[in-house]
Amino acid sequence: MRAVAVIGGSLAGLAAARALREHGFDGRVIVVGDEERLPYDRPPLSKEFLAGKIGVEDLALTTDTDADLDLDWHLGVPAAGLDVRGRSVVLASGRRIEVDGVVLATGARARPFPGARLAGVHTLRSLDDAVALRDELLAGGRLVVIGAGFIGAEVASTARDLGVEVTVIEADPLPLGGVLGPELGAACTALHEDNGVRLISGTPVTGLVGTDRVQGVRLAGGRSEPADVVVVGIGALPNIEWLAGSGVDHDHRGVWTDAGGATNIPQVVAAGDCTFSYCPYAGVDLRQEHWTNAIQQPAAAVESLLGLPVAAARPSAPYFWSDQYGARLQFAGHRLPDDAVEIIEGDLGSRRFVAGYRRRGELVAVFAMNQPKLFGKWRRQLVAPALAELS
Amino acid sequence: MILVGRPEDVPPGDAVRIEAGGGSGLPIAVFNVDGEFLAIDDTCTHQDASLADGWVEGCTVECPLHAACFDLRTGMPSGPPAKTPVRTHEVVVADGLVYVRVAESVEAAA
Ligand SMILES: Cc1cc2nc3c(=O)[nH]c(=O)nc-3n(C[C@H](O)[C@H](O)[C@H](O)COP(=O)(O)OP(=O)(O)OC[C@H]3O[C@@H](n4cnc5c(N)ncnc54)[C@H](O)[C@@H]3O)c2cc1C
Ligand code: FES
Repeated sequence: MRAVAVIGGSLAGLAAARALREHGFDGRVIVVGDEERLPYDRPPLSKEFLAGKIGVEDLALTTDTDADLDLDWHLGVPAAGLDVRGRSVVLASGRRIEVDGVVLATGARARPFPGARLAGVHTLRSLDDAVALRDELLAGGRLVVIGAGFIGAEVASTARDLGVEVTVIEADPLPLGGVLGPELGAACTALHEDNGVRLISGTPVTGLVGTDRVQGVRLAGGRSEPADVVVVGIGALPNIEWLAGSGVDHDHRGVWTDAGGATNIPQVVAAGDCTFSYCPYAGVDLRQEHWTNAIQQPAAAVESLLGLPVAAARPSAPYFWSDQYGARLQFAGHRLPDDAVEIIEGDLGSRRFVAGYRRRGELVAVFAMNQPKLFGKWRRQLVAPALAELS
Repeated sequence: MILVGRPEDVPPGDAVRIEAGGGSGLPIAVFNVDGEFLAIDDTCTHQDASLADGWVEGCTVECPLHAACFDLRTGMPSGPPAKTPVRTHEVVVADGLVYVRVAESVEAAA
């Protein structure tokens, strides 16, 4: 292989480029990214950056030593097609880049609220999104956040800190219940009201009110809720449309890969938020839209691409964290609705605890609030459910 | 020098966090690695996690948030996401008590 293109210039793309060099690949590495910028870190966009505690420079993911990677950056133009037979990537500008291998790392984008676009309505995925949202929050007024998931909750928390009046509206009667289960979902969503943010759950937003600029959101049942700014936090969609017709297996859930990031096409691998991958820990295919996966999965994908033994295919539990209202939430493992949950350290009321999820007695997932050290201890005792099933 | 406490206040394989006051004022984490005391800045250089909450294995601590590993003797990160070393500080055990001599500057760690 003489040239490899990494499509997507963010966390997973940079990790893939680094992994290529770490494994001694000395050919050309071309990184294609549709954003104008070098890779930056997204988690702070809803936290420290939105709060104004850190600046753009602090988000940079590249370091001085990355200059030694000798990467060929193509920024500001998206890849528009993959021609597997012709061994080339076609950019939206029409330019064709010939390559012998491809790493797909195009991530995901925020799911938009259906309907016409109104001023004052935001999603949060990119640095530009965060800058635009921050400007509007600083102008003051009432913020309505649609969706009480992690991003929605983080935005609500940061906006509250900036002195904004915040209401969070969630369609699900049990916010975060799908991820954490009803008890722990409730423990997390209680943080909103503890901090003076109104939470309306079990009520879908059916539309936006306003002609040019948003004035409110309409709720099921006909009531509306006034708003000067709206943030839509209703999930993310993998950036896979450009692969249509390429022959690479994918659907709305992402690019299909095995545990090592290999797709159905030799010499094409994928990593990060754009993938729907077999997770050896859980024993099923998943899309993991989390930072740690985006930094770890590329190493495996690059090993697959270079025909090396794939070290990362051994079961490691999915992991994510979230920071809201000064609380640090951490989750590792894979939870199913029937898993039994118990508090293993502390208690819910203290807002400092560790909870464990058990399946047939085995600890398959842990969740902690404000207990990083104990979380680290329990996380190491997780039993991969896929293996537990065999025993 | 800052008083940490008695040696038994820091059990083997564990760490305590102390407020450094004066100087930089940054908190410091003091680790007990098989009876040897090692001190580094408590705050991970990646973001804001406390390394005293991290997992210690041999002579390294793994950050509890994003798993960057730091060498407790040199302060060097072994890889991403941390890019810069944490400062190391000298530990003095005298008269049955553990003290930390706070390093002057960030350069002192490099
Ligand atoms: C606001 C926010 C807060 C978050 N907080 C947390 C958190 O607290 N904890 C946690 O675990 N995770 C968090 N995440 C998730 C984490 O940031 C993602 O999992 C991670 O960024 C995924 O990296 P990626 O490189 O796979 O994808 P992305 O970061 O989405 O990057 C993909 C890149 O590819 C580009 N691209 C897309 N299509 C094309 C194309 N056709 N051609 C070229 N380039 C293209 C995109 O513009 C983008 O630059 C957060 C995410 C956001 C947005
Ligand atoms: S805060 Fe320590 S690795 Fe990120």
